[in-house]
Amino acid sequence: MQIHDTPTLKAEARNLNFFYGEAKALKGINMPIYDKKVTALIGPSGCGKSTYLRSFNRMHDLYPGNRYEGEIRFFPDNTNLLASDVDPIEVRMRIGMVFQKPNPFPKSIYENVAYGLRVRGENNKRVLDDKVEHALKGAAIWDEVKDRLQEMAPNLSGGQQQRLCIARALATDPELLLFDEPTSALDPIATGAIEELVHELKKRVTILIVTHNMQQAARVSDYTAYMYLGELIEFGKTDEIFIKPQDKRTEDYITGRMG
Amino acid sequence: MSANNPSDLPVVSDRLAHNAMRNVNERIIEALLFAAAAVSVLTTIGIVYVLVSESIHFFQHVSIVDFLTDTQWTPLFDDAHFGIMVLVSGTVVSSLVALLVAVPMGTIIAIYLSEFANAKLREIAKPILELLGGIPTIVFGYFALLMVTPLLQKFLPWLPGFSLLSAGLVMGIMIVPYIASLSEDAMRAVPMSLREGSYAMGATRLYTALHVVVPAAFSGLAASYILAISRAVGETMILAVAAGMQPNLTWNPTEPAATITSYIVQVALGDLPHGSIGYQTIFAAGLTLILITLMFNILGQWLRRRFRENY
Repeated sequence: MQIHDTPTLKAEARNLNFFYGEAKALKGINMPIYDKKVTALIGPSGCGKSTYLRSFNRMHDLYPGNRYEGEIRFFPDNTNLLASDVDPIEVRMRIGMVFQKPNPFPKSIYENVAYGLRVRGENNKRVLDDKVEHALKGAAIWDEVKDRLQEMAPNLSGGQQQRLCIARALATDPELLLFDEPTSALDPIATGAIEELVHELKKRVTILIVTHNMQQAARVSDYTAYMYLGELIEFGKTDEIFIKPQDKRTEDYITGRMG
Repeated sequence: MSANNPSDLPVVSDRLAHNAMRNVNERIIEALLFAAAAVSVLTTIGIVYVLVSESIHFFQHVSIVDFLTDTQWTPLFDDAHFGIMVLVSGTVVSSLVALLVAVPMGTIIAIYLSEFANAKLREIAKPILELLGGIPTIVFGYFALLMVTPLLQKFLPWLPGFSLLSAGLVMGIMIVPYIASLSEDAMRAVPMSLREGSYAMGATRLYTALHVVVPAAFSGLAASYILAISRAVGETMILAVAAGMQPNLTWNPTEPAATITSYIVQVALGDLPHGSIGYQTIFAAGLTLILITLMFNILGQWLRRRFRENY
């Protein structure tokens, strides 16, 4: 990679190890995340890609017995997201997340999107209205729900729910957006809509996406990381990884000989 | 295939015979299960029949309007009055006091156990809490009379020895485990993915509990509150022991008063002649009590349907 096309760093994992109790789930991961780019994490089930993703917003802190080693540096301020004196809530204020299964709260569409703003203490109706509309537009769902913002969110279709969850994450202007297999519970049409959205969103926000669908990684991402058994096997530009992978294991996975 | 081979036939018929036997067994078991279910339904029907038929005699002597509007309840006096509202007021006031204790306390305990306590603490605390629900209510009654009332009198010197307040407070403590246990079950049934969604937005544990878990579990919480109301309305011994038994139309919890249930105990233990009007009052009172609980059960069913978990 030449210097002139190296984009700005948004985050960087440095010697990241992770343990579920005694079990070591991530082994010495070093990897950059570039600003305003989409980075895809691929690999067979159980390879640690979701574990890695969930380290960024400290989701593992919610369960006892989990332990991090190493650092995830977050730029421009060069904060170590994993440092014990960094409040996980502060981290989650800056990093949004969209889950595998759409998980709208049992509230109205409006309140779902306003949730993160209310968490941050915003109660001004005008500001909320404005940001909710902006977020719903950003998630390409505004036209479908603008006339029924007070309806319960769990009544939406699966694809709409997932875009609502994206709007919910967008409403607070995160710097990094984590997607954990966001289309695995959706049909092909809803999947297409989400992929298009990811493509659109990278103008505004850095995206890290876990996917088990290699075509999806190829379609939406600028960079791809292949993980296997808790290790980062290969990281590079998506077209390079898919056209000429350097590692035999990556090639086997991509060509479907393994995984 | 050798299905037509004669040597196979006995095997097939053996199987059929076995199936036929199984069918008979199934029928016997089904009949037993039906009988068990029928007993409970018939008991309910029997209770309602007795209450209604005896109440009909009662209402031949006393008009329903008097029954509902009279402000005195003196069925055993020469100048007899039959105003059920006197007893209803005692029931309502004591139940409200109990609910004011039990609903906040039970909900807070449930939130703590479900959202904050670690697994070990929960496994120890929950059975102990449920043990509280197994204490005979007569024991609670004496606890109210001999511990809580004197304690309250330190702060409210004018409080009489029997009061709805004292009985209601202890009744509330008795109901706490029901609310806490059922509400905790409802909140634990809320999927982890909803909590994670909230935490990922930067919410704290408390914010998540109050804004995501409680609304998601609302139908379960409502069901526990309704059960608590039914328990409070139907509770007898605590009130008979600690609230005094004189009929008293009051909305003031610091006064003594009889409730529907404590009146029934009082009269049922007395030696009223069978078939007398005084004797029939307990059936009219019992019918009122059943109608009140039925109303809350229907409300509970409706709440459960209205706020069915949709996560």
